[in-house]
Amino acid sequence: MKKVLEVKDLSVSFHTYGGEVQAVRGVSFDLYEGETLAIVGESGSGKSVTAQSIMQLIAQPPGEYKSGSIILDGEDLLKKTEAEMQHIRGQEIGMVFQDPMTSLNPTMTIGKQIAEGLIKHQKLSRQEAYERAIELLHLVGIPNPEKRIKQYPHEFSGGMRQRAMIAIALSCNPKILIADEPTTALDVTIQAQILDLLKRLQKEMNTAIIIITHDLGVVANIADRVAVMYGGKIVETGEVDDIFYHPKHPYTWGLLASMPKLNEIKEELQSIPGTPPDLKAPPKGCPFVTRCPYAMKVCDEHMPPYTNVRNKQQTACWLLDERAPKVEPPAHIMAGGLTNDE
Amino acid sequence: MSKSKEKLVEVRNLKKHFKVGRKQILKAVDGLTFDIYKGETFGLVGESGSGKSTAGRTIMRLYDATEGQVMFKGKSVHGKKTKDELKELNQNMQMIFQDPYASLNPRMTVMDIIAEGLDIHGLVKTKEERQRKVNELLKIVGLNEEHANRYPHEFSGGQRQRIGIARALAVEPEFIVADEPISALDVSIQAQVVNLLKRLQEERGLTYLFIAHDLSMVRHISDRVGVMYLGKMMEIAPSDKLYTSPLHPYTRALLSAVPIPDPEVERKRERIQIKGELPSPINPPSGCVFRTRCPFAKDVCAKEVPAFAEYRDGQWAACHMHDERFKEHFKSDLEKIQ
Repeated sequence: MKKVLEVKDLSVSFHTYGGEVQAVRGVSFDLYEGETLAIVGESGSGKSVTAQSIMQLIAQPPGEYKSGSIILDGEDLLKKTEAEMQHIRGQEIGMVFQDPMTSLNPTMTIGKQIAEGLIKHQKLSRQEAYERAIELLHLVGIPNPEKRIKQYPHEFSGGMRQRAMIAIALSCNPKILIADEPTTALDVTIQAQILDLLKRLQKEMNTAIIIITHDLGVVANIADRVAVMYGGKIVETGEVDDIFYHPKHPYTWGLLASMPKLNEIKEELQSIPGTPPDLKAPPKGCPFVTRCPYAMKVCDEHMPPYTNVRNKQQTACWLLDERAPKVEPPAHIMAGGLTNDE
Repeated sequence: MSKSKEKLVEVRNLKKHFKVGRKQILKAVDGLTFDIYKGETFGLVGESGSGKSTAGRTIMRLYDATEGQVMFKGKSVHGKKTKDELKELNQNMQMIFQDPYASLNPRMTVMDIIAEGLDIHGLVKTKEERQRKVNELLKIVGLNEEHANRYPHEFSGGQRQRIGIARALAVEPEFIVADEPISALDVSIQAQVVNLLKRLQEERGLTYLFIAHDLSMVRHISDRVGVMYLGKMMEIAPSDKLYTSPLHPYTRALLSAVPIPDPEVERKRERIQIKGELPSPINPPSGCVFRTRCPFAKDVCAKEVPAFAEYRDGQWAACHMHDERFKEHFKSDLEKIQ
């Protein structure tokens, strides 16, 4: 598989009155052609900032790229000028945002908003761009596209707007689609439609997708690989089955245990006590140390290195060090009765 | 888990209509009938625009009902009341709101927020008693005394929701309407709040109306669940029955749409896709309101409003499919879903 994007040691901070918020602290991952990578985490874990950094949508100031590189086609996006980035946004990387109500321009017709990118990037004429816009709306499952392109966003429902957003994002056949919580604002029945649409389009266009979400159900539905973020760092990454069936990080355990499952009943949900760390003064060692039931002395002081667990699974936890005591994950988190095989 | 069969809240043909524009009427809640038993959690689910929040607010008398009745312990909630009657009612019914950022007054300390109800209802006599009571409540919801003199902005979302719960508990109500109390919170924090609500119910024998759109959480917390669609109740059933053997095609579709956090299950799952989106509640479809999206809709569904009837023990649904009179029409469909 071809690597389409490489994020290396990315750190992003925001300068606020309260001090420097270190939102992303040394994040690295690769994205391969045609795959779906899910970045999961709670609010404040840095997942959205990571996505926005790839598109260079962080306002500077208050934001600042402290370190790292984002390599697309052998070139570092962090070194590009704004004019160069405008060429990449839309053309090379498309983005779908969480809230379809506010991410479309209310004063422009849907057709014009789709055609805009086509005229600019693909150098199509107005006529051709509108014809392509109709095709795209049809592709994303909007009935009556000829009529719909003349309408304004307020005439669309939430689900239809998100479909239109996807049409805009995919209009120039980008290599990468970044979807930042694309279904969070939608109802479950509409969410199912949108997830199916994304999967179908990915198959047809061979786009690599980065999906940002906090919903593990969505992850299980759509992802090939998963990166779990906590406190501005990726704490565990691996193929979707490994993350769900053989998680190694206590935070992943906690996350899986705190989700109620529709197909089984439990008396009490396991919750993770405490709250996420303050990123103005992030912990020196592992970000999860204050909430981790297995925390050791070393966790306070040093960030654990990534340990290769299996296949492509990497986990940053001191428990995987050979000197650490053996800890078994709580049995009840193992989905579908699968047990830990090691 | 239903602890008793004593009815605490009886809702009878409850309607709440809003006027929009000059002539149009939005039927947000259109004829709900159900009971909530003492000590149980009744979950109310539905998509946005289904009228679940309006139903909760109308039951609480935050809205006046357009038609129908809500009885709380045999007494009508709506209609003319003396000040004392209203006070008694308000003390017995409390509400927890969805947005912990918007539902706490930013200019009041946590102490004053929690004690407001105590003051209004004259439940504490002295300043010391007031303070003691607030401290006790803070402890119950997992906060501590030092938090009493702070302001809401100093707390995280989960902590604020705990303050909202402490406020609701302060006047020792019997019945709490929780309107999406956890939707604004992160997954790991959601579990904390749900466990807290469950514990409080056990300790104090509370009755909840739990409104949510998250079906897995509703299943987890509820004894019985009602499914709403376009202002109407589609199905009511004991929580496990609703999930294992739903009667209404809408319930079926809704359950099928929820992604399960298990990749193996997700890969094998066959989804019942429902077409299109929620029709406008201003101009709802004739007959059964779900028929425009229902995979089994027949002519009869457009002509006649389905009766809300008990088709299995404790399981009620509004669907022609299970009606003896129309069973013939749906014979092949019924076989398919069995």
